[in-house]
Amino acid sequence: MWDNATIMMLLEGIRDSLYMTLTSTVLAYVIGLPVGILLVISAPGGLKPRPVLYKITDFVVNMLRSVPFLILMILLIPFTRFVVGKAYGPTATIISLTVAAAPFVARLVESSLLEVDKGVIEAAQSMGADLKTIIVKVMLGEARISLIVGVTIALGTILGYSAMAGAVGGGGLGDIAIRYGYQRYEADIMIVTVILLIILMQIFQFAGTKLSKKLDRRLTH
Amino acid sequence: MESMIRVENLTKTFQVKGETVEALKGVSLEIEKGDIYGIIGMSGAGKSTLVRCLNFLEKPTEGTVWIEDKDLSALNDAGLRKMRTEIAMIFQHFNLLMQRNVLDNICFPLEITGHKKKEARERAKELLEIVDLKDKANAYPAQLSGGQKQRVAIARALAMNPKILLCDEATSALDPTTTKSILALLKDINKKYGITIVIITHEMRVVQEICSHVAIIEKGELAENGTVEEVFARPKSKAAKKLVFQGEQKVSRMDSKRCIRIVFTENSSFEPVIANMVLECKASVNILMADTKDIGGIARGEMVLQLPEDEDTARKMMEYLKERNLTVEELEDYVG
Ligand SMILES: Nc1ncnc2c1ncn2[C@@H]1O[C@H](COP(=O)(O)OP(=O)(O)O)[C@@H](O)[C@H]1O
Ligand SMILES: [Mg+2]
Repeated sequence: MWDNATIMMLLEGIRDSLYMTLTSTVLAYVIGLPVGILLVISAPGGLKPRPVLYKITDFVVNMLRSVPFLILMILLIPFTRFVVGKAYGPTATIISLTVAAAPFVARLVESSLLEVDKGVIEAAQSMGADLKTIIVKVMLGEARISLIVGVTIALGTILGYSAMAGAVGGGGLGDIAIRYGYQRYEADIMIVTVILLIILMQIFQFAGTKLSKKLDRRLTH
Repeated sequence: MESMIRVENLTKTFQVKGETVEALKGVSLEIEKGDIYGIIGMSGAGKSTLVRCLNFLEKPTEGTVWIEDKDLSALNDAGLRKMRTEIAMIFQHFNLLMQRNVLDNICFPLEITGHKKKEARERAKELLEIVDLKDKANAYPAQLSGGQKQRVAIARALAMNPKILLCDEATSALDPTTTKSILALLKDINKKYGITIVIITHEMRVVQEICSHVAIIEKGELAENGTVEEVFARPKSKAAKKLVFQGEQKVSRMDSKRCIRIVFTENSSFEPVIANMVLECKASVNILMADTKDIGGIARGEMVLQLPEDEDTARKMMEYLKERNLTVEELEDYVG
């Protein structure tokens, strides 16, 4: 059974899983990062409190986060079909992964930014820094380690979601695991795909931890 | 003299869980150009709120703040940001950017005002020299001691050639020796660049060490203000007395009831006044506390003496001291 076709299939599975995970993570950050910033800035006691805007954003984020991923995928089928022309396969899955991950990313970003020392923000204000400078140079700059850790968490979570998407023909390693292991009872291929998923997860984690340690200037080594 | 900061009827209230906290209740004061102005008071008195109103980090509930001739409440956002580039501030916990090295921290305010990177770095290097930290340009704040961090903060504050430097408990996290060196640096800056300095503190020794003027804040109100000399030599309000006598409460074990506090003002404390008095009156005294130092170029300070029980000798001694222009005050409730 370890013929070339199987190996090719597994390699394609890895490629598809990586493609889905990385693309969705990038897109989730494209949406989630600004939303996370908005949550911090507009909150009561934030730099520019906007109570109504904050409440609406907060509510939408919570709502999206409370829908289970599989159900969200099914709900999004018409939308996915509209955007990419079909409702299955890796590219289609990216749409649902992004919608599911963006609010999660927004919360990750929010919590990272809230960790930034209020005193440092106040110092920047006292120097006459405008909002943009404070967000970019102080908040994002000072929170960068926490943000990298957040990216690592997001990658892992999105990889997990992408495997789950296999249940509805999403493509990638999860898809293979379900088709072979669950539908054809070929346990060995399923086990191999699971091991591959574990390895991917470990690589993300390792790279994230390494990078954050390397960039952290608060450590005195 | 020209007025640098003028505060009129400053009131600030906070709403905390439906309750109103009055942090400042109608404070008025004037700080002149080139002053080193101390604002002292117990914790929670409203000092930080007051100093934060001076650059509108906190908007007053009522009252006005003028910087030179500009009313801060009349400025729009951009105007206020521009004004803030001229009012630097340093903090108890330094508030440096932890992910930037020392040089880049000092460049930060220059980035805000749109200086070129190369220009900013040159200026930052000059400033490091001023604060005596040349060799730490590439260090990160986490690698510095508290005193060094405050020096970086001072360099950063000076980057934009401010007119005013606000210091909120800038030495409260430092040990006494480091405090002295930071205060000396501030004094130097004041002298060299003529920057008006406002110093918030809860420690009298900080005021004694470098301030020319002092305001005492108690429970959101201005209890007393004036030159350090005036307030220190003749504290009028209860709050001022409490602060001035702060140090003396340490020496509380005494037997004789006759204790006096003498304050050196204009005349030289280096003249051996006490020794001469002892020789003259032929009776010894007990020096319970002596704290004399150079303040603002004049030898100044105070002593607490325990006089002999004998009425006549004690009176004679007090006369002797008064004749030499020292402020003499009997401390009636000193013991106990
Ligand atoms: N942002 C705030 N919200 C609510 N209460 C505050 C705030 N800032 C200060 N206060 C209150 O105002 C009073 C004065 O505080 P503060 O100016 O920090 O005093 P100090 O610096 O003299 O210790 C205190 O009772 C404090 O609890
Ligand atoms: Mg304070």
